[in-house]
Amino acid sequence: MAIVTRGFRGRRDASAERLPPGQYQTRDFPVLSAGPTPRIALDEWRFTITDEPGSPVRSWTWSQLLELPVEQPVVDIHCVTKWSKFGTRWEGVSLDTLFASVETSAGYALVHSYGGYTTNLPLADLLGGKAWIVYRYDGGDLSPEHGGPARLLVPHLYFWKSAKWVNGITLRREDQPGFWESLGYNNHGDPWREQRYTGD
Amino acid sequence: MAGRLRWQTGRVVAIREETPSSKTILFDVPGWPGHLAGQHVDLRLTAEDGYSAERSYSIAGPVDGERVELTVQRVPNGEVSTYLVDDLRVGDELELRGPIGGWFVWRVEELLPVLLVAGGSGVVPLMAMVRERARTGGVAPFTFVYSARSAAEVYYADELAGRARDDDGLTVSLVYTRSAPAGSHRPAGRIGQSDPDDLGWKPGAEGRVYVCGPTGFVEAVVGMMLDRGHDPSTIRTERFGPTGG
Amino acid sequence: MSADTDMGYVDGNAVIGAFTEVFGSDVSVVMLTCAACGAARRFVEAHVYDRGPGIVLRCPQCDEVTARMVRTPSEVWVDLRGVAAWRIPANVVI
Repeated sequence: MAIVTRGFRGRRDASAERLPPGQYQTRDFPVLSAGPTPRIALDEWRFTITDEPGSPVRSWTWSQLLELPVEQPVVDIHCVTKWSKFGTRWEGVSLDTLFASVETSAGYALVHSYGGYTTNLPLADLLGGKAWIVYRYDGGDLSPEHGGPARLLVPHLYFWKSAKWVNGITLRREDQPGFWESLGYNNHGDPWREQRYTGD
Repeated sequence: MAGRLRWQTGRVVAIREETPSSKTILFDVPGWPGHLAGQHVDLRLTAEDGYSAERSYSIAGPVDGERVELTVQRVPNGEVSTYLVDDLRVGDELELRGPIGGWFVWRVEELLPVLLVAGGSGVVPLMAMVRERARTGGVAPFTFVYSARSAAEVYYADELAGRARDDDGLTVSLVYTRSAPAGSHRPAGRIGQSDPDDLGWKPGAEGRVYVCGPTGFVEAVVGMMLDRGHDPSTIRTERFGPTGG
Repeated sequence: MSADTDMGYVDGNAVIGAFTEVFGSDVSVVMLTCAACGAARRFVEAHVYDRGPGIVLRCPQCDEVTARMVRTPSEVWVDLRGVAAWRIPANVVI
């Protein structure tokens, strides 16, 4: 087994009650990425909800997104690599708003991003005031490194579900594992139940 | 180099300050199989609660029994490098795995001229090659171009000055990117920015080029060399990120 | 060594240890043919993103994912779908 490194704590502060099991608090905002940062022109940006048969149900341009009612969630976020960050301030549009005009009997969503990243979750985890498409962070435009122009924000699940550079959701009757969910990471990813890996 | 990699325990036997933000750490690793100049090791640090972090570091010295020498640069907020540079003490034990990599290496049997291009702490595996050449009495001509921000950030400064003077066939050229000390052969600036002959290496030259540094540095140097008509098959590269931590 | 030289990736050298441990032979000299664009490049030349939940290798020619690795406490998961061919020098195979 591993030997303990004297005095090594990693990049971690004292624990707090707000921390899910196995997490540590960080005050900076680590940039984690599975690929190059895409640069997306705002006049070409689209967010599209597609029904399982493959036909777009609804699509929004950047200016159409900005016209929708704005919400300002302040949330704790939890990365599966074990850092948590408290009280992050975002601005964007609730998924409830985007889905208000969408009729579906699908139970699952596969989220897509510019650059090819995907993540899956039950549609129920996106609705009911639990998820947003956000385009501002901490008072400024969301930077490309953190997922700008717009990313998904699903703070009650591990942060890999909060896809950067989001550009669409495919509704599905059957669940389909996304980029990390298909390679050992937990399909649901609830930090409070420490669902990090397949089988947790 | 075949053989399954496994974690071994290394004990710190010496630490010395290389620059204000870097330290050279000497490990004793019982059973160490030896290594080639340019190879690296993975280090694994484990906290009491089981949290662990791994990083890869180039070996700075040539093969020396069961001794393994690393030079580690402190990366701001880097959880591994800050521990190694600020907290590690002689007598501590760490897990390491290696030697790793059979591509970015130099062997004394290779007689063709060599160009080494280092950016910042990318100097470490290239210094291992310079030291290996001296240890083995290698005759391959070496040109060593080392880019650092300023004189204060140059690793192995005294040794390099001595080798530049004493090692036959070794040419050392320091390129300062932010501030050049008095008497430098060129003003401060990036490699190739003002002087296309910074590398002293002509397209079509026979030999091999090793470039090591941060990703942006390596891409810039290799891009410049390809633009000037150098043969890409002669260039070997190793990139690391300042986020490496 | 500054943020202005950070391009978000390192290269295959950074993860030779992780792949060599799993495959049992030195992967640094292996040539990978990208399944997307057909470019054949050395493992060490891959663009590597290793600060996320796992290791992602991308083709240096077209940026498509060639290989992925995730280490859980009990398993290693590997996805090699993005590699059309592995060309391994015979002298490094155990």
